[in-house]
Amino acid sequence: MEPKTPTAAEVLIQCLQREGVEYVFGYPGGNAIPLFDALYDAKIKLVLVRHEQGATHMADGYARATGKPGVVVVTSGPGATNTVTGIFTAQMDSVPLVVLCGQTISPMLGKDAFQEADVTGITYQVVKHSYLVKSPDDVPRVMREAFHIATTGRPGPVLVDLPKDVTSAPCKAKYTSEVDLPGYHLPKDPEPEDLKLLAQLLSRAKKPVLYVGNGAVISNAGKAITLLAEKLNAPVVNSLLGKGAVPEDHPLHLGMLGMHGTAYANKAVMNCDLIISIGARWDDRIVGKLSEFCAEAVKIHIDVDPAENGKILQPDLFVCGDARAVIEELLPFVHKLDTADWIKQCQAWRKQYPLRYPKQGGLRAQHVLEELDRLTRGKAILTTDVGQHQMWAAQFCRSTFNRSWLSSGGAGTMGYGFPAAIGAAIGNPGKPVWAIVGDGGFQMTLCEMATAMLQKVPVKILIINNRYLGMVRQWQELFFDNRYSGVDMEGSPDFVKLAEAYGMKGFHIRRSGDVRRVLKAANDYMDGPCLIDAEVVKEDNVFPMIPAGAAYGAMIVEKPKQKLEKPVGGT
Amino acid sequence: MSANTHTISLLVANKPGVLVRVSLVFARRSYNIESLVVSPVTGSNFSRMTITCSGDPSTLDQIVGQLGKLVDVVQAIDHTGGTVIEKEMALIKVRCSVPDRTQVLQICEHFKGQTVDFGGESLVLQFAGGTDKLDAIIGLLRPLGIVELVRSGKILMARGIDVT
Repeated sequence: MEPKTPTAAEVLIQCLQREGVEYVFGYPGGNAIPLFDALYDAKIKLVLVRHEQGATHMADGYARATGKPGVVVVTSGPGATNTVTGIFTAQMDSVPLVVLCGQTISPMLGKDAFQEADVTGITYQVVKHSYLVKSPDDVPRVMREAFHIATTGRPGPVLVDLPKDVTSAPCKAKYTSEVDLPGYHLPKDPEPEDLKLLAQLLSRAKKPVLYVGNGAVISNAGKAITLLAEKLNAPVVNSLLGKGAVPEDHPLHLGMLGMHGTAYANKAVMNCDLIISIGARWDDRIVGKLSEFCAEAVKIHIDVDPAENGKILQPDLFVCGDARAVIEELLPFVHKLDTADWIKQCQAWRKQYPLRYPKQGGLRAQHVLEELDRLTRGKAILTTDVGQHQMWAAQFCRSTFNRSWLSSGGAGTMGYGFPAAIGAAIGNPGKPVWAIVGDGGFQMTLCEMATAMLQKVPVKILIINNRYLGMVRQWQELFFDNRYSGVDMEGSPDFVKLAEAYGMKGFHIRRSGDVRRVLKAANDYMDGPCLIDAEVVKEDNVFPMIPAGAAYGAMIVEKPKQKLEKPVGGT
Repeated sequence: MSANTHTISLLVANKPGVLVRVSLVFARRSYNIESLVVSPVTGSNFSRMTITCSGDPSTLDQIVGQLGKLVDVVQAIDHTGGTVIEKEMALIKVRCSVPDRTQVLQICEHFKGQTVDFGGESLVLQFAGGTDKLDAIIGLLRPLGIVELVRSGKILMARGIDVT
């Protein structure tokens, strides 16, 4: 008797195994049953979530923390549409995801069948690429292409829509390791001419700054960039997503630049005569007022994505290539610069404008995060949500190794931090992961507390609880005459009791004197997830701040006496 | 033809959804497509798209860059100012009673058009050529009474041995 021909769903799961997938994050439904049935016998572990958005953020956290693609399996209709925010988040921050969606049977496509949503149509704008699989024999090819596209070049999410009749049908096609994608262009090696020109521009610089972004994290360029900084004797700053590429405790590192960057990083950027972006895309949070941004400085841009050339600003030189490859090949061409005065100036700014916050008047988020930094010494993986706590964490918690800082940068997705921490913990067994979240964002995805309990992951949920949507409140205070509209988080639960309801260990922090002791207890607690509710002062502001769309000269380091103009830039 | 008009040619995979992906790149940046011609490339799985649009050149550079990133787009080139042959076709239905006929047919003959429908009250004329030529023909025929007008949109090909 001939062996039974496997179904396309079974072949698909085999393809996942061949791609080295260990975990899938998912939630079933009618049209995904063939996929879940095939998972039943597979070695791949299913992480059953409580909401599909959570699955995408977990897969995203897993991918960012490990460098491996995150895989999501959901059903059609609402199951698929619930993934859109997570796919968008991954697309904005170049995270490799493969999202597998069940779909109604092919003959019913376009006929408003039960739980039919045109998910390829809905997601065109937020995916790197997508497929609607029409034939079971296409499965091996599509899966190979999906992983290839998601993980190479500038990574991103790939969606595969799988009608139930296709996944249920026998698949005779063999696994393939080749891809034939004439329209998919990967960057070539950097041109030696470009490298020489780059070295030449560098050699003339008296006040250079290395501006490090997510591309450096993705390509693991940190060591090479550190070598470059040391060889040149040049200061380093990073974007929010560049944190961790170059250790932030390095003496040449000035921390984060931009809207809420350190004043000394921003002073350096304002006064530099050359700035070189290494895998960073001159985001509007970084640049502020474009016409005045580093107006006199030579601007160099290294990016794996050629479409980033000139998207925001026109650099003097654009080098297309993988950040690590470019920097490694550049190293032999560069030599020490005469930057002693410049470095001295940067260090003087560091002393003159340190990160500061009021030490009196109740528990401060900055104090909690500073203590967390002291406790973890940059050795923990940190995830954040979006808002004030995110900026404070970026300022006060130094990231010292690659892929240790996970935050939704481009999309600014509230609800990201906690599920991302679960994914990161699953990808790094036994390693503590701190999810630094606000009381607002945490409530968007807190249903995943059940998932965290089931997975027994040592995720520490640190809620910076100010009972406000703090960043919006800050804007309303500074620019809208204290008209607090829609920012009061009245009605939130007692988070510690909520944790206990899930069987999760909970801690309170109410006084500054408790911070060190409670954080240590939580860090040592490795029997599963725990939650720390840090009840911080209600009204506090993130400084330094460059108002959106303003020039670096408009940076404020404390609340000004006079009223500020409404910002011209986006949010 | 306005100074800001651009002609972009794309070589794309010939499969469902590609046109949507391409048009969304324009729509997201609030850029209007003025004409679009798609046809399969003989003996391959690809199609040729020729798109004309107008707007600010720096946005267009972005659009061409983003089009190049689409997995289904093999090649995206802005041919504006390049050495290319650009042609389009028009069908024009002109209201014309017997006394006007001679004049309409003279215009048709002068511009090397063809009469593709000859009716008692109307003529349908077919013209091919550059955009300027078609604009001129339409300008001449309009006072005589154009009932209906369809233009194909521009198609384009590189001159010489080079492939577009």
